[in-house]
Amino acid sequence: MPETLLDKVWRAHTVRTLPSGQTQLFIGLHLVHEVTSPQAFQMLRDAGLTVRMPSRTFATADHIVPTASQARPFKDPMAEEMMVHLTRNTKDFGVPFFDLASGRQGIVHVIGPELGLTQPGMTIACGDSHTSTHGALGALAFGIGTSQVRDVLATQTLALAKPKLRRIEVTGALGKGVSAKDVILTIIQRLGVNGGVGYAYEYGGPVIDRMTMEERLTVCNMSIEGAARIGYVNPDRTTFEYLKGRPYAPSGAAWDRAVAWWTSLASEPGARYDDVWQLAGESIVPVVTWGINPGQSIGVDGRIPDPASAKTDLERQALEEAIDFMSFKPGQPIAGTKIDVAFIGSCTNGRLSDLRAAAQIAKGRKVARGVRALVVPGSQQVARAAEAEGLHEVFREAGFEWRGAGCSMCLGMNEDQLRGREISASSSNRNFKGRQGSPTGRTLLMSPQMVAAAAVAGAVVDVREML
Amino acid sequence: MGDNAYVRKQIAGRFLPLPGNDIDTDRIIPARYLKVVTFAGIGEHVFEDDREQNRHHPFDDPRFQGASILVVGLNFGCGSSREHAPQALKGWGIRAIVGGSFAEIFFGNCISLGIPCLTADMADIEWLMAEAARSPKTEGVVDVEARLVRFGERTITAGIPDGARSQLVEGTWDATGVLLQAGDQIERVGSSLPYVRGF
Ligand code: SF4
Repeated sequence: MPETLLDKVWRAHTVRTLPSGQTQLFIGLHLVHEVTSPQAFQMLRDAGLTVRMPSRTFATADHIVPTASQARPFKDPMAEEMMVHLTRNTKDFGVPFFDLASGRQGIVHVIGPELGLTQPGMTIACGDSHTSTHGALGALAFGIGTSQVRDVLATQTLALAKPKLRRIEVTGALGKGVSAKDVILTIIQRLGVNGGVGYAYEYGGPVIDRMTMEERLTVCNMSIEGAARIGYVNPDRTTFEYLKGRPYAPSGAAWDRAVAWWTSLASEPGARYDDVWQLAGESIVPVVTWGINPGQSIGVDGRIPDPASAKTDLERQALEEAIDFMSFKPGQPIAGTKIDVAFIGSCTNGRLSDLRAAAQIAKGRKVARGVRALVVPGSQQVARAAEAEGLHEVFREAGFEWRGAGCSMCLGMNEDQLRGREISASSSNRNFKGRQGSPTGRTLLMSPQMVAAAAVAGAVVDVREML
Repeated sequence: MGDNAYVRKQIAGRFLPLPGNDIDTDRIIPARYLKVVTFAGIGEHVFEDDREQNRHHPFDDPRFQGASILVVGLNFGCGSSREHAPQALKGWGIRAIVGGSFAEIFFGNCISLGIPCLTADMADIEWLMAEAARSPKTEGVVDVEARLVRFGERTITAGIPDGARSQLVEGTWDATGVLLQAGDQIERVGSSLPYVRGF
């Protein structure tokens, strides 16, 4: 019987069926960061356990690192303490740590693929919900909580139930100025923020097939915003070309054997899916979120919805709550919404191609007066590659700040935060209340080129008019 | 089978209704409280920003102080994987949650802490929320084993996947010990994988 990648990779990693009926699944790559790991390492110490496979475990620091000055000790003593703990934990337990001095530090979901740690056919876990990102290379990758981080550290396995599988096909082609971010925001908008509960998403179809690896990473990254814990793309030539020559990718004769195995893992024609859903590429436009979850979005030419048109009471209440929090009016066009802050970065859109797309808009233009604009590369390697092309100069000349690598204003755990009721145009992935560091701050999610356009205009605009 | 102290067959307590769908973990515990290396004391900050902005937040309502069973809407716990969210709820005193649906990572985190999350029809959830608000002193029961929620006059059919139910009822939700029992089979499966062998 033809099988899917999910079937094949799940089976290959099954250690046994547990008395509970769940699968004990082997985890091939465990990525660790400073925020969700200290309690897990402490639990190991308390139980007298060690890290089962330190060589399949890699750590970095991303959430709390400052991006203005990264000199140690950090100005924020709590952030400094977290760094001290991660340094000590990785040293004590023999886990490789890409720290600030390594030249390889960055957002965990940016460095995994760029170092070639992330490979097709792996199971990958990390104490972070955006671990779905790594599925772009044909891995089964998912976020876990701290107790499960402890489980993986101690046993290199997890107790899990196999998800159902939905194939999402994006057909046709994308229009000019429409990005991978617009594709995934549209999918979430149509299927809903809880549409993926219980499912893994397999992305395919001509639009996904033609995407670069970095675009696929953007799509898989936000699977979790549609409630799918796992999102993946079958490995193909794009995947192999991306991986070739990366530091942790196989080489020589091993490379050919790896490609043969990876190729054999892709879902086969005629394989069974629990659901198949299609989206026409031509119907996708640049998207902006207007509300307080990533499904509350409209095309840049759209208007804020009217709660009066809601079909149920719950839907009406949800619209009212979001409109009230955002201080919008029903029927108001989203274009023209004034912004205070522009943030380009995050594990969704902090890679080289994202910075290039934003720089193309910023080049020869100026950030509007009164707008605070930040570019935060996803990793030290992204920063170096961008600097080698002179992108930092393009941004600086336009009036953007060029920062060090980290999560930064995606979640505001360092000093990069919204203040009060500020509105940001952000290339990140979450517009939850308080997400960017100010409890009452407001976030409009969009593609990095749309953020650059908004920074220049001082308000939400259609990037297609600036290309 | 598991230690008795870990068995979670039935949980009795007063109910706390928290209306709304898609309540994310950033709201349950804002990111600034993630800058900690232990979970101690985190319960104080549960829903801090929501409570700041809404003086009538259910978690501050005197009628619900001491309640231990939380009633929520759809997609509760979506967003960030932070276990700090269920830890904060637990720290505040929540022992079980009944809702329309749960985000998966949040659900898994709750089970890892021995906090049952049961789903029910939204019509029943709305009834439960209204009744709990009307009679906040009433004790109800979340019956994990029988997949039922009892409150006042009514018994509601509730859902929880077999695996999670079994972990709670048998007291094996603290998974490390169970997983370690696989012994060398873990290394055997590992070394059967081409990428672990180095291709
Ligand atoms: S960039 Fe944002 S979403 Fe991504 S790992 Fe960092 S905080 Fe999480």
